Amino acid sequence: MHPVTTAHYLWLSAALLLIGTIGVLTRRNIVIILMSIELILNAVTINLIAFSKYLGQAHGQVFAIFVITVAVAEAAVGLGILIALFRNKETILADEVDLLKW
Amino acid sequence: MTDTVLFYVFALLVLGGGVLTITRKSAVHSAIYLIISLIGVGGLYLLQQAEFLFAVQIILYVGGVMLLFLFVIMLVNLEQAATERQFNKQWWIALACVLAVGAELAYVLYRGAAAFQFARPSETPPAPGMGNTEILAQVLFSEYLLPFEVASVLLLVAVVGSVIMAKKRI
Repeated sequence: MHPVTTAHYLWLSAALLLIGTIGVLTRRNIVIILMSIELILNAVTINLIAFSKYLGQAHGQVFAIFVITVAVAEAAVGLGILIALFRNKETILADEVDLLKW
Repeated sequence: MTDTVLFYVFALLVLGGGVLTITRKSAVHSAIYLIISLIGVGGLYLLQQAEFLFAVQIILYVGGVMLLFLFVIMLVNLEQAATERQFNKQWWIALACVLAVGAELAYVLYRGAAAFQFARPSETPPAPGMGNTEILAQVLFSEYLLPFEVASVLLLVAVVGSVIMAKKRI
């Protein structure tokens, strides 16, 4: 069996990124769209860790910590917006929120 | 050898969990499959000797963020949403765009693997006698001190913002 290289991690991360993008673009449920964004950010973090190992430096891991910070902040604010939206419009489907459409 | 087997096991968890997350009808099932996917990502961190990030992944994502998701799923009424159409009308355009991006990524990775010598991970060990957490703390609190402080301000903004968003009357 071949040893695992950095390229393996990059392929895996690209695949996870695409899965997350499909989720964001095609699902109607806003909760699942937010979950797909988490998938995308995790794909980025896999990349950062792989390069951190490849270069033998800790900088990639520090950057990964910042990515996780932003992901958590995004999830908290996004779910807050979702609750406010549900209270006002009684829906959590993304294509039924069309106040700015004409 | 063990590393290779573990990599493929975790890759299966990550990708299988991801695909099931975006295809399940019920949001609760999606959340549970997302937990499986995130645990797989944590395992990949462990394989790359990023032990601190593994702990952060389990505590913060699986323990914190997913709990928040499950709470919100219980707060908003999802029974009606689960019976309706799950994918929007432009799904085929989205799929075509993602396929195009995927082809680009595959091309770049395929070419880049040869051009940039991605194939061999570096063998240089980090500073001897220091654990992963120690090295990380050293870099984070010396070189990245200002971004660290800015991140704390960002978290404060997020806390205040989410409380205001979820309030009944502002």
